[in-house]
Amino acid sequence: MANSNIFQIRTEEAPTLPAPVSTTGAIGWMRKNLFSSISNTILTFIGILLAYWIIAPFIQFAFVDAVWTGENREACLPQDGGHGGACWAYVEAYFPQFIYGRYPSAETWRVDIVYALFALLLVPLAIPSAPFKRTNAILFLVVFPIVAYFLLTGLVIGDTVVLPIVETAVWGGLLVTLVIAVTGIVASLPLGIALALGRRSQMPIIKLVSIIFIEFWRGVPLITVLFMSSVMLPLFLPEGVTFDKLLRVLIGVTLFSAAYMAEVVRGGLQAIPKGQYEGAMALGLRFWPMMYLIVLPQALKLVIPGIVNTFIGLFKDTTLVLIVGMFDLLGQIQSSFTDPTWSTPSQGHTGYLFAAIVFFVFCFGMSRYSIFMENKLHTGHKR
Amino acid sequence: MSKKILPLVLGAAMGVAASTAAGATTLEDVKAKGFIQCGVSQGLPGFSNPDAQGNWTGLDVDLCRAMAAAVFGDASAVKFTPLSAKERFTALQSGEVDVLSRNTTWTMSRDTQLGLNFAGVNYYDGQGFMVRKDLGVTSALELSGASVCTNTGTTTELNVADYFRANNMQYEIVAFEKADEVVAAYDAGRCDVYTTDASGLYAQRLKLTNPGDHMVLPEIISKEPLGPVVRQGDDEWFNIAKWTLNAMINAEEMGVTSANVDEMKGSDNPSVKRLLGAEGAFGEGIGLSNDWAYNIIKNVGNYEESFNANVGPDTPLGISRGVNALWSDGGFLYAPPVR
Repeated sequence: MANSNIFQIRTEEAPTLPAPVSTTGAIGWMRKNLFSSISNTILTFIGILLAYWIIAPFIQFAFVDAVWTGENREACLPQDGGHGGACWAYVEAYFPQFIYGRYPSAETWRVDIVYALFALLLVPLAIPSAPFKRTNAILFLVVFPIVAYFLLTGLVIGDTVVLPIVETAVWGGLLVTLVIAVTGIVASLPLGIALALGRRSQMPIIKLVSIIFIEFWRGVPLITVLFMSSVMLPLFLPEGVTFDKLLRVLIGVTLFSAAYMAEVVRGGLQAIPKGQYEGAMALGLRFWPMMYLIVLPQALKLVIPGIVNTFIGLFKDTTLVLIVGMFDLLGQIQSSFTDPTWSTPSQGHTGYLFAAIVFFVFCFGMSRYSIFMENKLHTGHKR
Repeated sequence: MSKKILPLVLGAAMGVAASTAAGATTLEDVKAKGFIQCGVSQGLPGFSNPDAQGNWTGLDVDLCRAMAAAVFGDASAVKFTPLSAKERFTALQSGEVDVLSRNTTWTMSRDTQLGLNFAGVNYYDGQGFMVRKDLGVTSALELSGASVCTNTGTTTELNVADYFRANNMQYEIVAFEKADEVVAAYDAGRCDVYTTDASGLYAQRLKLTNPGDHMVLPEIISKEPLGPVVRQGDDEWFNIAKWTLNAMINAEEMGVTSANVDEMKGSDNPSVKRLLGAEGAFGEGIGLSNDWAYNIIKNVGNYEESFNANVGPDTPLGISRGVNALWSDGGFLYAPPVR
């Protein structure tokens, strides 16, 4: 009898215990990732300290000490001898100017329509599952630029003024940034692809022209291009004949980024094995169908990061137009610093913070979209 | 012929504003297009800066508006082109702007070598010093041993070197690339003195934490006469620019303001009558209507009104008249008479 207690026969399954607290949840994650060794623990604490040093004053500046409403500089003047917080009241007062530049306020609805149309056409174009891709693309690439052109510059038929003319000299702020960036982006990609194909062409003249074009535009800084177009060009033209400044900038920026784009695309073309070309030719495809159906889809997919890199660079380079007297977003913000009505110690910091936020939103958006497209299009190359 | 056709064809093809036929005078061009194209700075507080509504304001801006009033009787018939310091002269030479009113210092080389004419001086500026009040300094001559904040590579730096050497004083330069950095360094106490053009000192003082703790010293160590510039070789237009400025100064001297100009038109004072076009045909002499000066004062105001509205003691800048007062008040402003 006594011995029968020695043997235990389990008749039911033991209860499943949760994993030890120290290996799961927040604590487990921290143990594994932050405190796994002495050196990691030290680094973690240094990291926390650095983050605290940077983030705490930032929050203090941008939110706690910030002034949200006010009529003029008096509202934003620091009370206790410190530097004071962000003067958001100033951004509020200048907000229309940051968005439209000096576009006449009675006409800004036209800019709003262009912004709305742009978003309305771009979003479905960017979502792969949205229908009517071809119609959408035609609307976006052909109809939209024409409509936007007349909406922004104005339309006069004969003697009737349908939309009052608004000169590009009064455009500014985000409007100029977006006009330059979008035109540059949309025009430089096809131009870049053409140049990349031209550079790899067997035909000597096309090849030579492409090489000269690419090397010339890559060899001069963008500032020089803008400066030449705004300072030198008027001297070559007879007195009184002036190109529109924005047009000069658009052409300069487009050609400049097309040269960079060409080299990015050429990188993709180099990566396509010769067998792909030979296979396409064996199927009886001529040059353009071969490129359009076989080579370019593979090549462009490979260089999406490079292309988006160029786009983001172009977007940020638009700030250089300030040196030719055009006011992009950053230029408009800097020019507002000269208004004595709002001059305070924190005005500059607030303005630059606002610029940084806007630029970050756009660039980060482009970057996330490129990652989304990469993931969607990857076919086994990805590691 | 072909030389002229090519750009025009290019222009037509690319949406260019081929506004003028070469050879016409500036006044004819301006009248034909219906507005004056005026080159201003990209933003200098009180002289030419855009306000929150996007309108250009300032002393230099008022001069262009006054010219528009003189030519068209309408001060709003003017368009502004913001120009950087580098492109300002090219823009004027190439005809992109009709007049450059951009706090430009009148120097001999600019007047004689660039094909430009300075039409007068609308603000006498000069390099000055700002110090903390608690430093207990009342004259720049007491600044020996001071550290001086300034911009790199400008004449400002050279002027300081000259001034301190000439007066046998020790100093230490703390230089930065951008004006904002200089102000921040001065505000943080990294130097005792901040130096730049006096008008700039007043503007930058607004960005200091406690503007009331700082003072501008009386010494001015360089001459910076700022004024409107036009192209050389078009004397008619040059005269209009010159006399627009003179009319504003004369109006102040005679006590004619935008408020009382209608009343003053019936004045018995012969010089007021001549200025406002009630007597003589002085306007026709410069290719305008005889009420040209009346239009300037009615629409823009006299020099004093413009000064007080843009940079004067009641504005945030708070600049006193100083040497920019009338000659009769001990300043430099002296306009030749209208007769």
